[in-house]
Amino acid sequence: MFDFISFIPRAVVQGIPLLLGSTGETLTEKSGNLNLGIPGIMYVGGICGVIGSFYYEAGKTAADMNPALTILIPLCCCLLGSFLMGLLYCFLTVTLRANQNVTGLAITTFGVGFGNFFGGSLIKLSGSSLPSIIMTNTSNVFRRTLPFAGSAGAFGKLFLNYGFLAYAAVVIALAASYVLNRTRTGLHLRAVGESPTTADAAGINVTRYKYVSTCVGAMIAGLGGLYYVMDYACGVWTNDAFGDRGWLAIALVIFTIWRPNVGVLASFLFGGLYILHMYIPSGMNLAVKELYKMAPYVVTIVVLVISSMRNKRENQPPASLGLPYFREER
Amino acid sequence: MNKKTKTPLFHVAKRAALPWYRAWAIRGAALLLALVLCGVITSLVTGEDPFAVYGAIWKGSFGTTRKFWVLLQNIAMLLCVSLAVTPAFRMRCWNLGAEGQALIGGLACAACMITLADKLPNWAVILCMVVSSVLAGALWAGIPAFFKAKYNTNETLFTLMMNYVATQLVAFFCVVWESPKGSGTIGIINPKTNIGWLPQFAVQKYLLNVLIVAVVCVLVYIYLNYSKHGYEIAVVGESERTARYVGIKVEKVILRTMLLSGAICGLAGLLLVGSTNHTLTTTIVDGRGFTAVMVSWLAKFNPIGMIFTSFLLVFLGRGAGEVATKFGLNRSFGDILTGIILFCIIGSEFFINYEIKLTRGAGKEG
Repeated sequence: MFDFISFIPRAVVQGIPLLLGSTGETLTEKSGNLNLGIPGIMYVGGICGVIGSFYYEAGKTAADMNPALTILIPLCCCLLGSFLMGLLYCFLTVTLRANQNVTGLAITTFGVGFGNFFGGSLIKLSGSSLPSIIMTNTSNVFRRTLPFAGSAGAFGKLFLNYGFLAYAAVVIALAASYVLNRTRTGLHLRAVGESPTTADAAGINVTRYKYVSTCVGAMIAGLGGLYYVMDYACGVWTNDAFGDRGWLAIALVIFTIWRPNVGVLASFLFGGLYILHMYIPSGMNLAVKELYKMAPYVVTIVVLVISSMRNKRENQPPASLGLPYFREER
Repeated sequence: MNKKTKTPLFHVAKRAALPWYRAWAIRGAALLLALVLCGVITSLVTGEDPFAVYGAIWKGSFGTTRKFWVLLQNIAMLLCVSLAVTPAFRMRCWNLGAEGQALIGGLACAACMITLADKLPNWAVILCMVVSSVLAGALWAGIPAFFKAKYNTNETLFTLMMNYVATQLVAFFCVVWESPKGSGTIGIINPKTNIGWLPQFAVQKYLLNVLIVAVVCVLVYIYLNYSKHGYEIAVVGESERTARYVGIKVEKVILRTMLLSGAICGLAGLLLVGSTNHTLTTTIVDGRGFTAVMVSWLAKFNPIGMIFTSFLLVFLGRGAGEVATKFGLNRSFGDILTGIILFCIIGSEFFINYEIKLTRGAGKEG
């Protein structure tokens, strides 16, 4: 019998980083910026949080640590780091009108390198005596679950058993969806993504919208990296452990056809597909498990093809996605 | 009525074409700035003299004969993948799937080496390898191209996803063909018989790769600049509507160009597996599919310019690796330096394409 009670919570914790990443990327793409730097930004978000808590936790016992500071310091470091990356991306693509694909890939190269470099050298650079980067105390605070999680049986396991960032991720996704579809700001943002020329003519400040949405998007995506390190990985930073989740987050954006609220369930589905290979009884045949790992990408491709075949207006990518905007170019 | 109009201090205007020496002067300045930045950052992190850092970067590529050949080999492979993506880019078709296409080419090559080793003579195996790698790469690019041509599916995202499908496919076969059993890796293929290993010229293991890529480079240059196909690609890239109006079958051009793009990627996979490594892993392409995008773009999609840009990126990458080893840093330090250099050069393109005009006097009396 397939063990849903243990499968679903694991799918959810796998899905949360993807959800944060894809919510951030959706906001960014709605402004017409195809930010392929998201994988790098998630690395930066994660490692900045690690650096923050590493210095805070150094030489303290669990009792010494103020819970509020334990959360706030990594959170602020993470947000600051990913904000700066978003700002860099915006400066290059919006102000300097560089090619978005190239800039995004450069950001990813830089971000992954940044994460792995500090992940590998933090101990040496700080001259501390610890053998590896393990922030158990910080992680314990991040992983604190809701009350009754242990005593409420299956319900508690399925719904209450997550750290606060997981709930925050769902709230952020729903809020992003609300802002995009139900507010004037969201309408303006979508207008910028669809046709910046028209938006500009209507008096919308294209540059400002692009900057704000991309930077906010980068910060949300950075939280995904933080969640991964502090909650999923129990505060242990391992180089390259984050893997290809950043690209999966971009896949998720397409899969949800640019809707963050759909992303909540879709990310859990992706998380499930990501770990499905551990639950499929394939006996001794390890090779088949590798094929199951393909599932999220294949599903994304199918959605991409179907949505372009049906060619419905509301299911298309933002029309100016990937194009720089220059007012004097008509 | 007090009408207040705010006049910005400057405005940005598009430049007419800049003479080539000024464009390169701007790029050179950006590169210099990047190098200074890299030196400063490395000194800050390591506390070493910046000139020692530059020395180490130089030594990373030209320190020994072996290092020099590794440099050449890496340039050749990166250039090969960059040449592959360039025709598609000229058409404004963003093929980000070079990584997967090269990987699939490598997979096809390894498949021939493993399954045909004791059935066919060596020359026939090599022939099969070449044909199947090129076809596999072309197929991997052809799938997104078909949907792009027929339904206008977003090729950037499609090709990106195809990379990971390819990676998992390779991971699957790595387990199927694992040797020794239980290791999960393929190991060196045909280590005793050397069947399917591309021939080596004289003593130099990498000479064949370098020569093949040099030939491909010249061919791609001629194809893009002096053939009817190349002209059609340029027209489709400039404006699809114009292309349709003058009677170019856009769908056909997209499909043909992407197939070519994938085929050259497949060739890169063949060289990586059949000539360089004689094994197959999921990371054998080593991110070149993504670096190639930057190489190609930095050279303005000019195959000859790409020799220089791929040299630059490989040289700095290896140099940064040497810095990392010398000063006991993590090897990823190289990625950080590469990132910084890319940001500087990407930013410098702005000053080539646009100029900043100061608005003087206007709006003062208002």
